[in-house]
Amino acid sequence: MLFPIITAVLFLAPIAVGLLGTLLPSFGILPALGGVEPSIQPWRDLFATPGLWTALRLTVTTGLAATLLSFLLAVGFCAAWQGSRWFARLQRLLPPLLAVPHAAFAIGFAFLVAPSGWVVRLLSPWATGWTRPPDLPLIQDPWGIALTLALVVKEVPFLVLMIGAALAQTRADRLLAGARALGYGPVTGWVKVVLPLVYRQVRLPVLAVLAYSLSAVEPALVLGPSTPPPLTPLVLRWFADPDLSMRFRAAAGAVLQLGVVVGGIGVWWLAERIVAVKGRRWAVAGARGGRGAGARLAGGGAMALAVLVSVAAVAVLAVWAFARNWRFNEAFPGAWSLDTVGRTLPQLTEPAWTTLVIAVAAVLIGLVLVVGCLEHERRGGAALGRRALWLIYAPLLVPGVGFLFGIQVVLVASGLDGSWAALVWVHLLYVLPYLYLTLADPWRALDERYERTARSLGASASRAFWRVRAAMLLRPILTACAVGFAVSVGQYLPTLFASGGRMATLTTEAVALASGADRRVTAVYAFAQAALPLLAFAAALAVPAWAYRNRKGMR
Amino acid sequence: MTDLTLDGITLEVAGRRVVGPVSLAVPAGRVVTVMGPSGCGKSSLLAFVSGALDPAFRARGRVALNGRDLDGLPPERRRVGILFQDDLLFPHLSVGENLAFGLPASVKGREARRAAVERALGECGLAGFADRDPATLSGGQRARVALMRTLLSGPEALLLDEPFGKLDMDLRAQMRAFTFGHARQAGLPTLLVTHDAADAEAAGGPVLRLDGAAV
Repeated sequence: MLFPIITAVLFLAPIAVGLLGTLLPSFGILPALGGVEPSIQPWRDLFATPGLWTALRLTVTTGLAATLLSFLLAVGFCAAWQGSRWFARLQRLLPPLLAVPHAAFAIGFAFLVAPSGWVVRLLSPWATGWTRPPDLPLIQDPWGIALTLALVVKEVPFLVLMIGAALAQTRADRLLAGARALGYGPVTGWVKVVLPLVYRQVRLPVLAVLAYSLSAVEPALVLGPSTPPPLTPLVLRWFADPDLSMRFRAAAGAVLQLGVVVGGIGVWWLAERIVAVKGRRWAVAGARGGRGAGARLAGGGAMALAVLVSVAAVAVLAVWAFARNWRFNEAFPGAWSLDTVGRTLPQLTEPAWTTLVIAVAAVLIGLVLVVGCLEHERRGGAALGRRALWLIYAPLLVPGVGFLFGIQVVLVASGLDGSWAALVWVHLLYVLPYLYLTLADPWRALDERYERTARSLGASASRAFWRVRAAMLLRPILTACAVGFAVSVGQYLPTLFASGGRMATLTTEAVALASGADRRVTAVYAFAQAALPLLAFAAALAVPAWAYRNRKGMR
Repeated sequence: MTDLTLDGITLEVAGRRVVGPVSLAVPAGRVVTVMGPSGCGKSSLLAFVSGALDPAFRARGRVALNGRDLDGLPPERRRVGILFQDDLLFPHLSVGENLAFGLPASVKGREARRAAVERALGECGLAGFADRDPATLSGGQRARVALMRTLLSGPEALLLDEPFGKLDMDLRAQMRAFTFGHARQAGLPTLLVTHDAADAEAAGGPVLRLDGAAV
């Protein structure tokens, strides 16, 4: 009984406290800064800010567009390619792509598509005629197109993986075979029969994508316009303002950001209802659809492009990190060197250690809690139902900027800000959901009778747990750890707020450098940030593969 | 004295009786068969005897093995071996390690343990298989290893939960003879649950029918 309670308290208390600690200052109450009288002045200040409406519009359009595009692309791809060899292969390729942190990806994406980026270099001058970087807003464009596209490329793999997991649970193959036997084309049949079932299961992940897209920070800082930026970076600027009285306006902005996400989820929910009604009519109207060759081509092409861009975004970081000089127009650096890496390494070591220690601590604590909850459930305790799943998802649905300031206020008041404990705890909020979501299914799926057999052979409960259950689940356990590790390494906003800016991780350093430092130095930090999770994933694959290299039953 | 006795066992789920009352005694070296359609609670009865009953059940009655009351003992202290339809060899351990997992810690020393494992393998016609991956064995070989693993753990009683259900017809007859032969030789009271009348016939002992109602 202990584990679920501890987990809930560790988990929900900070979010609740954080929300309150953001809401009160937005109405003028923050005793530490002399705010004791309730007032609506922060809100007046907020709405009087020049450019606020532009920022708001930018947030809403990029967030909704990115979510809708990601969703359509992921569904289109799955509809056209489910059951094929490529679909299975891609599902194995996607987790490492997901592991690349948002910050590193955004920086790599910028190095790809900027006017002086790799793409233009590869195409110039033979295709474009440009002999110097063109004066075009290819990134940080005022409409947020680069930001939207980067979000799509990053979110599509996540949605495809989630849909893939849902497909495995819904017996989609048989349903699709049934529809096709009735004469439906493969893609039309999939959308009519499989999608409604799958959508129910991927609804929470889709909403998480929506919430993230509406409040993304690192991609917006690197790829979004800056005058004005989208809402979250704007609010962040106020939180960092040396003029402490700006904190009130910032708090109001954070609450507005919360409202944007709640509103966005409302709009999505409404759209779901409309599509459900219309879609039901369409599904029974009898149209069979064609062979779906066009959908296959479009879905496959777009997916291939997304994967290519993801890989290239990491590759370009490596290229820059090891480039001595790279003149514009040339497809590759003229000379390679280890100088930048060597020069950067001394400053990079400390943030790298900080990143590593926080991630390992958060993953280990999270693993104990998650395994405790799953074991509690297995031994007849209450299973986490659908409603509890929403709780687990809470940190993924509530934008960080909406409650992290409140947490910071409490941390400062208790003298914990900038401590390891505070950092690990805040990271745990984000690590725990992913650990739970990746580990729960394999944990429940293991045949109970293996442990029963072990017990009847004389093994104690703990021996049966370690030698049988944990050993048999080594692969999913390590995969979950790698996912949790990647999540922790990627955290920007939580690190910033919990450390009060006093502890640097690879992520905070990379984002800080992205605005204008030497490209090569930025690349070293961003590449290191991307490399840590990738190494964790490689280890999570290699260790069980090696340990069970002679065990066919463990593959 | 050496026997397994069930005395007035009833199992309830949410206040509804699903099994029992069952009373029976299995003498050493004999097999008692419990028959009934699937869903009549046969497997739950075995789970109760082995100490692994789902917490959703409420059980009443007394189980004694060789005069020891099993009530409240954790599964590993009961000395009750159980075999299922699936062999449940641990896929991450080699054949030899699977057998060694069953061997009590009181058999000390690497050499002695290795020898005990080899002896068991020889006894089931699989000498030299210790380092093999269980996934590379045939169904019949795996079933024999599973039985030997249970016997090595030194049980005082044997529970069989439809143990031949997944084997081919001709293999089934062999495995029945092999299993019952070993159980008899070891002097184990054996409780078999099955829905296959041929199993009961081969077991040769008394047959009890569970129909969801009282026996």
